[in-house]
Amino acid sequence: MTDTTEKAARPKEAAPAATTARPRAPRGLRLRRGLTPWLFLAAPLVLLITFTYAPVANMVAYSFTDWDGVSPELSYTGAENYVELFTRPELFEVFFVSGYYLAASVVQIVLALHFATVLSFNVRFRNFFKGVLFFPYLINGVAIGFVFLYFFQDGGTLDSVLSLVGVHSDRAWLGTPESANVSLAGVSVWRYTGLNFVLFLGAIQSVPGELYEAAELDGATRWHQFRYIIAPGIRPVLSLTVILSVSGSLSAFEVPFIMTGGATGTETFVIQTVKLAFQFNKTGLASAAAVVLLLIILAVTWVQRRLVPDDKVDLV
Amino acid sequence: MSRRGVSREGVSREGVARSLTHLSLVAASVVVLLPLLVVLLTSLKSEKEMANDSGALQLPDDPLNFDNYVTAFQDGGMLSAFGNTAFILLFSVTGTVIIGSMAAYAIDRYTFRFRKLVVALFLVATLVPGVTTQVATFQIVDSFGMFDSRWAPVVLYMGTDIVSIYIFLQFVRSIPVSLDEAARLDGAGAFTIYRKIIFPLLKPAIATVVIVKGITVYNDFYIPFLYMPSEDLGVISTSLFRFKGPFGAHWETIAAGAILVILPTLIVFLFLQRYIYNGFSRGATK
Repeated sequence: MTDTTEKAARPKEAAPAATTARPRAPRGLRLRRGLTPWLFLAAPLVLLITFTYAPVANMVAYSFTDWDGVSPELSYTGAENYVELFTRPELFEVFFVSGYYLAASVVQIVLALHFATVLSFNVRFRNFFKGVLFFPYLINGVAIGFVFLYFFQDGGTLDSVLSLVGVHSDRAWLGTPESANVSLAGVSVWRYTGLNFVLFLGAIQSVPGELYEAAELDGATRWHQFRYIIAPGIRPVLSLTVILSVSGSLSAFEVPFIMTGGATGTETFVIQTVKLAFQFNKTGLASAAAVVLLLIILAVTWVQRRLVPDDKVDLV
Repeated sequence: MSRRGVSREGVSREGVARSLTHLSLVAASVVVLLPLLVVLLTSLKSEKEMANDSGALQLPDDPLNFDNYVTAFQDGGMLSAFGNTAFILLFSVTGTVIIGSMAAYAIDRYTFRFRKLVVALFLVATLVPGVTTQVATFQIVDSFGMFDSRWAPVVLYMGTDIVSIYIFLQFVRSIPVSLDEAARLDGAGAFTIYRKIIFPLLKPAIATVVIVKGITVYNDFYIPFLYMPSEDLGVISTSLFRFKGPFGAHWETIAAGAILVILPTLIVFLFLQRYIYNGFSRGATK
């Protein structure tokens, strides 16, 4: 893909490289050629390593200790943290909460597919609907949290709407674990459907229009068009969405943290990790938890890559 | 949806299907807009109205009652929150544009040893969920003495943004190499080519990155929450989050605060729709 641009054309002017070699000297020239890209990459790489790779490496190291994050002393405890994670039921029960979000992801993808298909055809007020569906994705998470706290509270939006249609519910929507988790998962459907929808819509619109025209001429119905033209065309985006949804469900954090703080059985894995680290000063245990989550997400991604070979052009 | 009809009924079946799809669109719009509209209505109600148990769907007595907005803005420290957010936005977005475009230029225009490794490093980093690594990132940020300062979010937003690099990379590729070569013949060095040719031509990509990154930073809650606990260092997310305590049961004030936070996003969205769709879908599909 890429061409080397440092072709035979010899720069008349010394490139602003940290070299004192005379421009004429072939060795100096080669050195400068080798250095130039690194000068441009220095800042991005330093930041990447400092704030992504160093933390991951440290995290793995902390996970084998009993460090509390503040005191100067720590002792190696081997795999004890990991054993604790998988043997104390209350520590891995939080994974069951992810189930609600996974179920929500399925709903989300189905809805997004439906609306993307519908809006890929010419519908009246198309742009309005597109905007309305996508806008929730752009709203600040804290604002969403408050909007829905009011939505679910006693006599709030939901109760009022229900009483309009004659249903008088006297339940606290966020009061029992199951109802609270379903409500929170519902909020995440409200928030993220728009993103999936826009991704699908982009993929559908990249299918050449002649295909649809040809199908129309052959008397294909909308369903056939979806089944034989749209579905194959969006497979890569669909598989990407599945990964994003799975890792998103496992690392659900913002909405439940803001709305319930993890109370009434709505604690997700990430909320628990954050609490372990920053409230209970169990940096070692929290690191082990974070490592487990990272490994799961990497595994999910790997499996997806194996199952659905990426036919996209690779970066390099 | 409809029963299996005979082909003669095809026309009406089409019609039924069409009105059903329209209905689903209208229903979705109601589901999206209703919670937001109710909060807007609530923000315009007085304390007395709320105390008199005004129903969530009731219109406010005075649709131009902006008292709650004043309360939210003043007592909720929204002014300094918008100031802090603006500060962080300015630095992190500028940094992201410079860093991302430099990285993309180097990766696309040069062949060098370990190039594949560098690309792989950027690739793998996208898989690491930022929220979980904060356990260890915190220690690093703290050791730089950046904890409880506005610089912590700035460096984190700059340093962990891989998506922007991709957006730039796609775009740098579309700039013909012949331009670089022509400039090189005129004696331009690598940096001059980047600054005088590549960077100006990246304008559309820069616009996309600025918008996507801007919205992401504006909405981020967790990083400021973790690294800027001081009262006077609130950004819009954390300041709004603090409404939970003092305004506990004052939904009209909380609602006004939420609307204040949503409004800038809405305005930006209405003006820059096309960029936003493209930016977010390009960012996600990489």
